[in-house]
Amino acid sequence: MKLELSRVVQGGCRLGVLKGLGRSGQHSLEVPGCLLYTRCGTVPHLTQDTLHTLTNLPSVTQLTLSTIAEHQEVLEDFKDGFRKFAGLHDTVLYCSLHDPVTPCPAGHITNKTVSVWGSGGRIELTVAKFMALQRTVRPDWYQSMADGETWQSNTSRKRVRKSVDRTLAHLDECLLVHHKTQELQGVAVFGVVEGGDILEERVRSAKETAKRPVAGFCLDGLQTGSMDQALRIQLIAAVTKELPEGKPRLLQGVGRPDEVLACVEAGVDLFESFFPFQVTERGCALCFNFDITPDPERAVLEADEERDTAGETHENGELNLDDQMTSFEINLKDKRYQDDFRPLVEGCGCYCCRNHQRAYLHHLLVTNELLAGVLLMLHNTAHYLAFFGALREALAQDTLDLLKKKVLKEKCGQTKSKE
Amino acid sequence: SSGASNISPLTLRIVAECPVTKARACDLVLPHCTVNTPVFMPVGTQGTLKGITVDQLESLGCQICLGNTYHLGMRPGPELIEKANGLHGFMKWKNNLLTDSGGFQMVSLVELSEVTEEGVKFKSPYDGKEILLSPEKSISIQNSLGSDIMMQLDDVVSSTVTGPRVEEAMHRSIRWLDRCIAANKNPDKQNLFAIIQGGLNAELRKICLEEMTQRDVPGFAIGGLSGGEEKDDFWRMVTLSTDHLPREKPRYLMGVGYAVDLVVCVALGCDMFDCVFPTRTARFGSALVPWGSLQVKQKQYAKDFQPIDPDCQCPTCKRHSRAYLHALFKTDTAAMHHVTVHNIAYQLTLMRSVRQSIVEGRFPEFIRTFMKRMFPSSEQYPGWAVDALASVNITLD
Repeated sequence: MKLELSRVVQGGCRLGVLKGLGRSGQHSLEVPGCLLYTRCGTVPHLTQDTLHTLTNLPSVTQLTLSTIAEHQEVLEDFKDGFRKFAGLHDTVLYCSLHDPVTPCPAGHITNKTVSVWGSGGRIELTVAKFMALQRTVRPDWYQSMADGETWQSNTSRKRVRKSVDRTLAHLDECLLVHHKTQELQGVAVFGVVEGGDILEERVRSAKETAKRPVAGFCLDGLQTGSMDQALRIQLIAAVTKELPEGKPRLLQGVGRPDEVLACVEAGVDLFESFFPFQVTERGCALCFNFDITPDPERAVLEADEERDTAGETHENGELNLDDQMTSFEINLKDKRYQDDFRPLVEGCGCYCCRNHQRAYLHHLLVTNELLAGVLLMLHNTAHYLAFFGALREALAQDTLDLLKKKVLKEKCGQTKSKE
Repeated sequence: SSGASNISPLTLRIVAECPVTKARACDLVLPHCTVNTPVFMPVGTQGTLKGITVDQLESLGCQICLGNTYHLGMRPGPELIEKANGLHGFMKWKNNLLTDSGGFQMVSLVELSEVTEEGVKFKSPYDGKEILLSPEKSISIQNSLGSDIMMQLDDVVSSTVTGPRVEEAMHRSIRWLDRCIAANKNPDKQNLFAIIQGGLNAELRKICLEEMTQRDVPGFAIGGLSGGEEKDDFWRMVTLSTDHLPREKPRYLMGVGYAVDLVVCVALGCDMFDCVFPTRTARFGSALVPWGSLQVKQKQYAKDFQPIDPDCQCPTCKRHSRAYLHALFKTDTAAMHHVTVHNIAYQLTLMRSVRQSIVEGRFPEFIRTFMKRMFPSSEQYPGWAVDALASVNITLD
């Protein structure tokens, strides 16, 4: 893979294209961008038919060992790799270790092993087993095995240091096996930068990982909930300073729009797209505005939207801790949507918004209907992908500040109704 | 009389009749599109087919599906659905909709329901309020839903009940039919079907048939069956009913959906069928196939890399294997949707094949081939099916 950057802001965000992806090297992925999040190869709730109502899907599909490791024997019998097994045609497969949505129970990592949790329970992985899995899954790209269990508060310095050391050792061992494995020739490996919340360890991990012949870097242990935003940004900035400019940086476990914006400014290129799934699972629809095209007519329409939606979403930072709903979404179970016949988001081209209304989604959620998940997943994915498109456009046009203001609603806040 | 000058919202064109059995192949012209019969109608209880978009349903060739008056009448309610341009507008379904009356749910789902001449009284499960579902109320809700075919409110009695209650219910259903006809605000757009009752009593059925066929309704349903009665009694009531129903009006056998039942009852003269079974069983991982069913969640399929049915052309079978679905069932709801799509495809394809064989004059041959495929040996043919088919001149080897 090759990262072609068209813009680099000093010590900060980059805009470009990751090329040469996949076995044939024919795929590419624009950065900043996100991967397509799947569980066992399926975008949650979606069959291929419903999935492909979405346009501009990322060319890279993310698989996780959390949802695949338990099928190792089946895949070994199948002999033809996960792509064929799951009926995934033209897409690049990226295999990560953990599912970003389900936190792992702590305390099961050893010097030589990490664990993932499948539907049948814990599966312990040595590097040998990890690499055997990669051999049978046959991804186009994978992250090396890593110890990232530093997200709990009060993780000791000693523990953090161990996570860095172990992760480097695992990387070296993975690379050794990788080069001896026929089925993995041409497959890209990402090193994983650890270091918890300790700056020195983060820098050490970055420096050391950068010495290895990897195609790019995963930044681990920084997921939403592990530390506050300011520290995360500080650490990411320090890490990316140590990483080569020409190799991509993938941040794991972070997906909220405000966090994405901040992390892009700190030098992150790629994200996992699990956030739309989380929003879907709580019966919510992403609706935050990221349209900054100058258009006076739009400005009037938006002022009306603002008035209408005032009070619908929470203020930034004012998280409803009961269901972790963010200010970027609306809760369609709310009674106010019972007779709201507008689409989820005016102007959204997704299947859900082209065909259905808030009132219908409200009904589906209230009656616990399966179709709610399908329609919300389609909309939330479309909205999220469009956000990344707007982000890239803003970087190209040098209007990132405007985008930030719009997404973070610094300017608008909550307008008062004229009534 | 009514409908003197306007175009009827239902026209039945008989395309072919089987010279051996009582089967027919028809074109049922309804307001939203023409339905080819015999037809299986999937059930979308709450304004959605569970987990399937209307586009997916349309792609499978579905021309008519069901909605439930009881459920939709409770949530979101008829006023809201009217605001949304009827159930078609609410769920964005372009083809036809049939709504039942809510009568069956009254009896099967709701505790402490009380039937009087007025209607069915029950307590709302959502707010405990007492509600009366009368013929007028049922039709009013169905008028708001705007379905192409509405069912009369009938006095539903389980097919395992015997005694005077059955007769009482049959007569009341006739009276309620008249009240439903009178209450229909949209006779030029919405078709009201009568439902023949009478339990498993031939005499009562005949009285009901005699009476109801005197009413000017565009179609008839055969009700009160498919509720746990003996199959030997079931088929006899079906064939008795079709013997006394007018040829030029559609016959809808309610609650029937198992493949064998469908094929036999087509032979007995039925045109339309509905059942929750194919879609419900899909969500449990049971895939319908010409030789029975396949429980994809079972261990034996973990390494089975064939599709559910190698001959099936549905989106699921064209792309996925039993092994993948087996794995996916442990992780994501999409596994259910894949099997639901397949099962609907199976049902619709079966009916299409049945129809084609009637049109081409080879329905008896079709039946024999179907039965051979479905059962490992002729010893295993269900006795009732053998008898029922014999009654319409089909002998199975």
